[in-house]
Amino acid sequence: MNRRKIEEWFFKGLMIGSAVMVLGSLVLILCTVVWRGLPALNLEMITQTPKGGYYLGGAGGILNAIVGSLYLAGGATVLAMAISLPIALYLHFYVTRSRHAAMIRLALDVLWGIPSIVYGVFAFILMLLLGLRASLLGGIIALTLLELPIMTRGMDEALAMVPPALKEASYSLGATRLETALKVAVRQSMPGLLTAILLAFGRGIGDAASVLFTAGFTDHIPGSLLEPAASLPLAIFFQLNTPFPVVQDRAYASALILTVIVLGLSMISRRLTGKLTEHVIR
Amino acid sequence: MKSSATEMILGFLLAKTPDKQMGQRSRPNRLFMDRHAGRLMGSLALAIGLLVLLIAFALFLRAYPILTYMSVGELLTGTSWHPLKGDFGFYPFIMGTLWVTSVGMIVAVPPSLLTAIYLAEYASLRVRSLVKPLIDLLAGIPSVVYGIWGVLTIVPLIRNFVAPALHRWLGFFPLFRSDNPTGYSVLAGGIVLAVMVFPIIIAVAEEVIRAVPGGLREASLALGATRWQTIKHVVLRRAVPGVLASVMLGFSRAFGETMAVMMVVGNLPKAPHSIFDAAYPLTALIANNYGEVMSVPLYDSALLGAAFILLLVVLVFNIASRLVLVRIVQGG
Repeated sequence: MNRRKIEEWFFKGLMIGSAVMVLGSLVLILCTVVWRGLPALNLEMITQTPKGGYYLGGAGGILNAIVGSLYLAGGATVLAMAISLPIALYLHFYVTRSRHAAMIRLALDVLWGIPSIVYGVFAFILMLLLGLRASLLGGIIALTLLELPIMTRGMDEALAMVPPALKEASYSLGATRLETALKVAVRQSMPGLLTAILLAFGRGIGDAASVLFTAGFTDHIPGSLLEPAASLPLAIFFQLNTPFPVVQDRAYASALILTVIVLGLSMISRRLTGKLTEHVIR
Repeated sequence: MKSSATEMILGFLLAKTPDKQMGQRSRPNRLFMDRHAGRLMGSLALAIGLLVLLIAFALFLRAYPILTYMSVGELLTGTSWHPLKGDFGFYPFIMGTLWVTSVGMIVAVPPSLLTAIYLAEYASLRVRSLVKPLIDLLAGIPSVVYGIWGVLTIVPLIRNFVAPALHRWLGFFPLFRSDNPTGYSVLAGGIVLAVMVFPIIIAVAEEVIRAVPGGLREASLALGATRWQTIKHVVLRRAVPGVLASVMLGFSRAFGETMAVMMVVGNLPKAPHSIFDAAYPLTALIANNYGEVMSVPLYDSALLGAAFILLLVVLVFNIASRLVLVRIVQGG
């Protein structure tokens, strides 16, 4: 009798300890980045592009990488949206056999699991076929591939929450599947769709391996789709790999900027979700 | 339900069109749009379904020259990597990936599963709704930031404390011998990977455990079992396939992780023998060299071969675990 109680307490303690450890690692990561990044952060970092000798400790900032990342992830998110939404709508309004839907979902889940470096390599092969060099467009292609499964599955789950009665009401009024999908389901599930979009954007802006060969790196803000584009993750990586402590400090500051952008996005999406649900029919 | 409703509408609208010869053109524009939008969406969905195959095929095609130059066995077991001399042995890199991933999983699995059990079985609704978003936050942190954290925290910790201490006390095991004073090691990579896969394993395992029917628990509790006994003998036994699937998903994520590992693992092209040795995983090999090697004939092909191996392993683990999980979700 007593042994059972002891075992119960022991494992419960172990579980709470594990949960505390997992959350502790989150706190530790955030604290490390803030603690080391904040002292090196200044206005110059986020308002200027690198001047001559920046990577040796010279003046300038990483505006090129911030803008480059926004272009890359923004472009990829728009492209991914144009492909994801139709697929998600297809899964809920057009698919005739549930077997097909299950297979498409399996394919999406498997795509989700493909490492980003493989997407980078694949996009690079595509670029060779198209005769593209490392450029904003190349990076956008790679990130679109990376974001597609994340966004589509997110939208798929959001659309699954639409009550069947709502669809039936729409059909019974004579609406087609397309009209029901676009005018009823999309509006009803808007918060979920936005969450999916922001989630994908966050993944896109934080990914380094896929833009490594495809987007290149430059100290300028790209002026066209065919120019190379810098990105925040790569800026962090390159600054960290210099032997100068001043520049490494800037890598920590850049990491702080990236973390704030990514976590800020996820907070905004949570806020937005709360606001938009006012208009959702339950 | 929906398709029958659509057929009704369709039939109604068609019945209203008296002249059959007018055919397609006299149909309302709306139906035309509906039909063709459906076709377009369907082809997009088909394309995404085939994308996996396309990626695998493209990588294989580009990796093919190296296979005509060396046999698969030579590639996988060759220990020498000198692309300029035509030596392409993947062995050190494969071992690097396996070591880092294994250490990562050994560190990650016990706390993740315990946390998942806690969240699914013990935590109150309030605790769960507080903890789960935080764990999701962990999943959203970019891999470079994990890498920075590893460089700033884990590497110095290993260099200054863990490696010297374990080397002194357990150095008679080759596994813990340390002749690498930098701290950039398999263990550092493993720990960073472990934290990165926490959220994946926890999220999937928790869902699987919660999918175990409540009646089973109640029956066990009613027989006088404690909560832990119920979990151990009833819930976990039932959840084993799903829990394994969650671990496999975490494994495949760790296997393909590039940036964070590359930043802390040391990148020496030699198979590691201790957790304090430096390693050079396949992903880091590709990331460090691809894109600038187009001039060396077989180099490009060899790196794509590495990417193909990576993709193959990840696909096998992913598809297996997804098939298990789909069955669980359908059953529950």
